[in-house]
Amino acid sequence: MDDNTITESPIKSLRIALGVALVCALLVSVTAVTLRPHYLANLEAERMARLQSILDALRDVTGDITPEDIEARVVDLAGGGYADTIDAATFDARKAANDPKQSVVIPPEQDVAGIKRRAQHAVVYLGRKSDGNIAVVILPVRGIGYQSALYGYLALAADANEILALKFYEQGETPGLGSRIQEPEWEALWPGKQAFDDTGAVSIGVGGRGGDSSDQVAGISGATRTSMGVNGLIRFWLSDFGFGPYLNRVRQGEG
Amino acid sequence: MTAKYWKALSTPLVDENPVTLQILGICSALAVTTSLDTALVMTVAVTCVLALSGASVSLLRKHLPHSIRIIVQITIIASLVIIVDLVLKAYMFEIGKRLSVFVGLIVTNCIVLGRAEGFAMRNGVFASILDGIGNGLGYGLILMIVGAIREFFGRGSLFGMQILIPTSQGGGFEPLHLLLLPPSAFFIIAGIIWFIRRKRPQQVEKPAFRIRVETEVEKT
Repeated sequence: MDDNTITESPIKSLRIALGVALVCALLVSVTAVTLRPHYLANLEAERMARLQSILDALRDVTGDITPEDIEARVVDLAGGGYADTIDAATFDARKAANDPKQSVVIPPEQDVAGIKRRAQHAVVYLGRKSDGNIAVVILPVRGIGYQSALYGYLALAADANEILALKFYEQGETPGLGSRIQEPEWEALWPGKQAFDDTGAVSIGVGGRGGDSSDQVAGISGATRTSMGVNGLIRFWLSDFGFGPYLNRVRQGEG
Repeated sequence: MTAKYWKALSTPLVDENPVTLQILGICSALAVTTSLDTALVMTVAVTCVLALSGASVSLLRKHLPHSIRIIVQITIIASLVIIVDLVLKAYMFEIGKRLSVFVGLIVTNCIVLGRAEGFAMRNGVFASILDGIGNGLGYGLILMIVGAIREFFGRGSLFGMQILIPTSQGGGFEPLHLLLLPPSAFFIIAGIIWFIRRKRPQQVEKPAFRIRVETEVEKT
């Protein structure tokens, strides 16, 4: 340690510490800012890939369609009708959700997804059969899991009741536990489940202890909080404060 | 002097391998070796961090007050790891996703801090860079061996290319699923350590203490 026998004044320690911290902070910030566009492009590609994978999984129902063929429309969540004055291609859902002018506060007792605010509008994707009837309605869903925000797509059949798929495209849950919501084994549990019961109330949920029935999906052991997060977000977005009014209109045949 | 540089680069490969001699960096060696491509990317990431942290610490070593040296080293290492993580997220998104937390955990990889404190604090910049690269390659060598064994016998593939067809797809190869689970990496690393120490007995450590045999207790 002969190199370390230098004079140690507190001032010098402070200067070195501040200098190193400053240089490191600068390097990290510059890298983060320069690489951010690449990262965002990757996330967007991931989102498109998930949308494509939903379409691939639904090939029996919808035939060969690609994300480009699919019709994207903006829905006014409160009324349930389409808001065609807004262009779906340029609508920024994440920005809208945080913009006080474009979003509303969710009443706490209804906020089972834990997201506090939701945008007034949302982009839904419609896949049509060759005869023009709706085959699949794809809804964007989001909520809070154990340690991250979960973003995904929920695909419903034309009766707005049968679930065709639930796929998450962005999450930061514990690898190997909560992150399993993205694994094919768990995604395979969703198709065929019923979202609503006979009275029209939301019945789908994620059950504990292997609860697996027509409207319950088994949770992931070791990832209770993530499972409950998925339970909350799916119930929220199907509720009257989520896509409920819109789904009523879909059921009445207003494609 | 070139002999010294060569030594800094080559001894960490086998003679002073960070994994098999110093038993450092085991955590990530278990986690990222289920396939060769993740093992390779992890090797490159760790080697970059080792070389750059060695260079920065060596550059600062004469000005670094003794009392705050560890925290300054950690700051430098952590910044480099964040940068590597950002680069992976931007340019190698898929593999970066599979490596998940383990890139971030390079900060806590004892090899990095060990080389910064044990070598870079006492040697010049160039030697420290070579030492970092050497240790990164030594770590990577073990990772690649373990990764190759685990991927080949666990999945029948190498670098994702199917070589043996598993029975589930009509072939004659039954994958050993144990090899895809973390404990198998322990077995393989233990086997490598045994093999190296068999060839180089000077690496065998003297036991720190011996368990007394029952009869000796009775005698006293």
